[in-house]
Amino acid sequence: MAQIFHRSTNLISRVSIFGSVGFIAVLGFALYEIALSPWYTGQHMKLQQPVPFSHRHHAGELGIDCRYCHTSVEKSSFAGVPPTQTCMTCHSQIWTNSSMLEPVRASYRDDTSLEWQRVNAVPDFVYFDHSIHVAKGIGCTSCHGQIAEMPLTERAGTLYMSWCIDCHREPEKNLRPKSEVFNPFYEQPSRIHPVKYQGVSYTDQHELGRRLRADYKIQPLATLQSCSTCHR
Amino acid sequence: MSEDHNLKLNEDQTLRESIDLDAARAKLAGPDAPRFWQSIDELSNTKSFRNFLENEFPANTEIDRKTFNLERRDVLKLMAASAALAGMSACTKLPPEKIVPYAHPPEEIIPGRPLFYATSFPQHGVSVGVLVESNMGRPTKIEGNSEHPGSRGGTDLFTQASILALYDPDRSQSVLNEGRVSTWSDFAARTSNARTGLLATKGVGLRILTGTVTSPTLGSQIHALLSQFPSAKWHQWEPCNGDSAREGARMAFGRPVNTIYHFEQADVVVSLDADFLTIGPGHARYARDFASRRDLADGAASKLNRLYVAESMPTSTGATADHRLPLRSSEIDDLARQLAAAVGVAVPPSANASSKIPSGWVAAVARDLAAHKGSSIAIAGEQQPPFIHALVHAINAALGNVGKTVTYTESIEVNPVNQFESLRELVNDLNAGQVDQLLILGVNPVYDAPADLNFEWALRNAIGSRTLKQCIHSGLYNDETAEFAHWHVPAAHYLESWSDGRAFDGTVGIIQPLIAPLYDNHSAHEILAILTGDSGRSPHDNVRAYWQSQRPEKDRAFENFWETSLHDGVMAGTALPSISVAPHVDFTSQSNAQSASDPSALEIVFRPDPTIGDGELANNGWLQECPKPITRITWDNAAMISPGTAQQKSLATGDYVTLRLAGRQVQAGVFIVPGHPDNSVTLHLGYGRRRAGSVGTGPGFNAYLLRTSSAPWIARGLQIEATGQKYSFASFQQQYTIDVEGHPADEESNAAFNAHRDLVRITTMEEFRKDPNFARDSELEKDISIYAKHPYDGYAWGMSIDLNRCIGCNACVVACQSENNIAVVGKDQVTRGRAMHWIRIDTYFRGSLDNPEMYYEPMPCQQCENAPCEYVCPVGATTHSSEGLNDMVYNRCVGTRYCSNNCPYKVRRFNFFLFSDLNTPSLYGVRNPNVTVRSRGVMEKCTYCVQRINEAKIQSEIQNRTVRDGEIVTACQGACPAEAIVFGNVNDPASRVSKLKTQSRNYGLLEDLNTRPRTTYLARVRNPNPEIKG
Repeated sequence: MAQIFHRSTNLISRVSIFGSVGFIAVLGFALYEIALSPWYTGQHMKLQQPVPFSHRHHAGELGIDCRYCHTSVEKSSFAGVPPTQTCMTCHSQIWTNSSMLEPVRASYRDDTSLEWQRVNAVPDFVYFDHSIHVAKGIGCTSCHGQIAEMPLTERAGTLYMSWCIDCHREPEKNLRPKSEVFNPFYEQPSRIHPVKYQGVSYTDQHELGRRLRADYKIQPLATLQSCSTCHR
Repeated sequence: MSEDHNLKLNEDQTLRESIDLDAARAKLAGPDAPRFWQSIDELSNTKSFRNFLENEFPANTEIDRKTFNLERRDVLKLMAASAALAGMSACTKLPPEKIVPYAHPPEEIIPGRPLFYATSFPQHGVSVGVLVESNMGRPTKIEGNSEHPGSRGGTDLFTQASILALYDPDRSQSVLNEGRVSTWSDFAARTSNARTGLLATKGVGLRILTGTVTSPTLGSQIHALLSQFPSAKWHQWEPCNGDSAREGARMAFGRPVNTIYHFEQADVVVSLDADFLTIGPGHARYARDFASRRDLADGAASKLNRLYVAESMPTSTGATADHRLPLRSSEIDDLARQLAAAVGVAVPPSANASSKIPSGWVAAVARDLAAHKGSSIAIAGEQQPPFIHALVHAINAALGNVGKTVTYTESIEVNPVNQFESLRELVNDLNAGQVDQLLILGVNPVYDAPADLNFEWALRNAIGSRTLKQCIHSGLYNDETAEFAHWHVPAAHYLESWSDGRAFDGTVGIIQPLIAPLYDNHSAHEILAILTGDSGRSPHDNVRAYWQSQRPEKDRAFENFWETSLHDGVMAGTALPSISVAPHVDFTSQSNAQSASDPSALEIVFRPDPTIGDGELANNGWLQECPKPITRITWDNAAMISPGTAQQKSLATGDYVTLRLAGRQVQAGVFIVPGHPDNSVTLHLGYGRRRAGSVGTGPGFNAYLLRTSSAPWIARGLQIEATGQKYSFASFQQQYTIDVEGHPADEESNAAFNAHRDLVRITTMEEFRKDPNFARDSELEKDISIYAKHPYDGYAWGMSIDLNRCIGCNACVVACQSENNIAVVGKDQVTRGRAMHWIRIDTYFRGSLDNPEMYYEPMPCQQCENAPCEYVCPVGATTHSSEGLNDMVYNRCVGTRYCSNNCPYKVRRFNFFLFSDLNTPSLYGVRNPNVTVRSRGVMEKCTYCVQRINEAKIQSEIQNRTVRDGEIVTACQGACPAEAIVFGNVNDPASRVSKLKTQSRNYGLLEDLNTRPRTTYLARVRNPNPEIKG
């Protein structure tokens, strides 16, 4: 029986076979990149807020403690976004005529809430709890990034499950002394910036982390990684 | 839920196969009688039973094909499309969210942390103390109040479900005038005007109709009103109103005193048709006290109480009894008289001698009572006539129980009246044209008044003939009565309003609101304030001012008293003092009016429905879908008959019949109930609502259409006639049946083997003393597994359920539904075995069809250590936690259902459709923010309330300690009035649950499968009287 296809068509089949492999690989790579892109994860995206609040100014330059505004961070799952009243403790005295702060004054005057765009959000089937993290030596900046250097607040991590579980698998990577939890300028121990903990100077994060993990009685890894720790 | 859907013509053979009751009886009497059985279908081994037994979710292929009408090709197309799209469902960007903080924050609220407030739940006037969880100002869950005498920390299903009524989208939302939307201010102005006119006439023609009132503040307002309008009249009406108890007390003592029972001190209890554990004033407290005497902590040395129940329709109390005697309600008269005579109360014999009382039964019970003088209780049910109640008072007096196990106080009601007479008087006045202003507060007489009074006709006639100029109705719903009223004012739910009320012992509890009214709702206090000319006064001011006038404390002291009362949920020292009363000697002789009747004549008995009560709660989906005790019917009432009567009348479960009584008729489906007495039909009230709302309108039939004021509970001369049609019930009876036998390869050896595999394990006190280890599996070789053992170094959560305490009241079922955002699926889905409850109460029968023993077994997820479900999940959506929980990860689940297929306990539930209502905004309010709302295609099951475990763990970790025993209370445990469920850390030998698990009665279900369940049971030990056989 004569061949149906001419030899030259072999090229077409080769191109299409290898081409499709390549196409799927490129497609996979593209999807992966999209899934990790700021557009999709929201990481490093600056959202339009009613007032351009600057953490760099308040927490960084002025040195206001995180808990001055985020009052429930040690008591509740939710760190708390301050009520207008908290803003007005200062802004009834300073910058009283700033047009930028007019929405804040209006909110205080009319008893209507400011509506902030949520920057850090996890899906509704994830139950994150701030209080336990700060109680166990996870600092604010471990998740929220260099907040004291952000003129406008942005999401520092992807907040993906892989991002969470990374630390739940190896908490010593991020533990810091409890006294440093609310320090926005804290740096992990290094030769240049050793961290003192209970009279000992640490230059290595893993060494410090292991010590803190024992001292702070961090739950066993199996518990940290049990599904129901975060999903209910 | 239309009737057409339930009714099927005779030809439809898919519904039910005919069941041969004779064969079932023969099987029970024969050598291969099952040790326990759950339904008559099981005894007959019907196709539908096998279907439910062999599959967790039976494939109702026949029904499905009819419903969906799909061709094979369409199915393939849909499958291909779903497979292609399945992966895409993960490709969603998180929707943008907003954070909206307060401008001025209220005190105490910490965002993300719940607050608990004490208030009282008014249940037919009698209040029960509760603690309500509030999440960011939104009440979400009800718990018992351990400081309240009516609760002591326990609740019932009605209390648990009351939160759903607050958010019910069908609740009435605006003031209506002649059916048109109006406003409260308009109503207030018009009512004020009417007041001016009434003042001139001293209130001639003004009538007020309320339910039972125990609220001192409401009472004082009504009295103030009556003193301003001396010619006005106050009527009270509720269909299940306690008249028999009231009139019985009047007969015995000359006045309607309140009776309080002290079950914790009673060694012997005789119940005459009284379901005191699940119904009536104080039942949650009684259940707790009673269960405290079923405790076997001391093993064989424990002193159990003994309960005798003579009753008609099997109830939870009957199932708990050590001796249950099925008697028609009218035959209780004979039993009560015999018993009274035997303990020394002079009473003439009954005109209706009963042939069903076994010889020697009464004498044996009387001897038992006589041996426990001062520590026994006789109690009569509301269905029994006043004479029986009076007789019971005399029996208790003769036994020296008064002042010990039975105490009396003045009535807790503001004005105890005979409510049937009160309503009759109102109807007569309406018919005579003497009523021109009628105020109906929170009751629905058009639906639930006795048929002979014909309230609807009287009301419509009075309105039509313009003698009744203004009829105002206030209620939660725009119901049957609201339809005819000139004005309808949406009532405030108890979680939205200020009020007060008395508990069964008179203790006052303040009702404080948890939330501002969701709609234009106003309480009865506000309406009465307009009529008394105090319209400026808020309900809060009214309640406070009343107590300020009543209390000796003034100024600061009162402030302290008020704050303490609000905080505790009880007003200290307000329980009514005991009074000493003695029964008249002569009432026994004067009342023997009962005429002799033909014992073979069919009797009809009315009872409030075990889940929706008198119909007030009909629009509550949680209660509608809650399986009723023993019958396990949902979404329906039925004509309940005994197997014997069914055979005699050639009826079967599912036959649609016409019931005729004194010229009135209704049509109902027949349901055969093992243990029901012959020649009697029980109808549950509360169904067949016409205007209840989208849930309550439709299901069942209206038994009130047969009920008359002269025979409100028991009537004779019923005629029953088959229509030839069939009615389909959504009963759990044969659903989730655990397949104990599996598919035995060797029948011989399995018979002996299965004796060790009883799901419920029962013995008597006598046997228990001889063999305390009767429930143990001695032959079990444990710890063999091909899988590596899980280490449990920290906590290991476990549960113990005491079958001796469980009363099968369903409080746990509804509490779980409330805590875990469990969806309601509707009757059709329940029929297919798709109800979503995470905990169910399996009911087992043992013995004959006519008087079986009944056993309850609550079944949550057993949280196996070697969990069969976990090994088969292809996507790792159900995994083992380090503390021994079988975690269920909804966001991973793809719905293969392999896990439920592999679960021997059948405790997994699958969302076949989007059962959670995501489209009704008001229902968002009722959901627990700490539990994911599940979507379609996702498996779910009991998690041991993992949200509560995590909360307690986090709090303990922050405080640098371990979780204390008793700190974590699961929803079912917290709700249980009988304290049958205990949860805790089994790694801690000192924990309560560990100690319970070391009791000799401890056993696990199907342990030979080596599943190592963490939920174990304490076997039931009955305490029968050795003098009574059988």
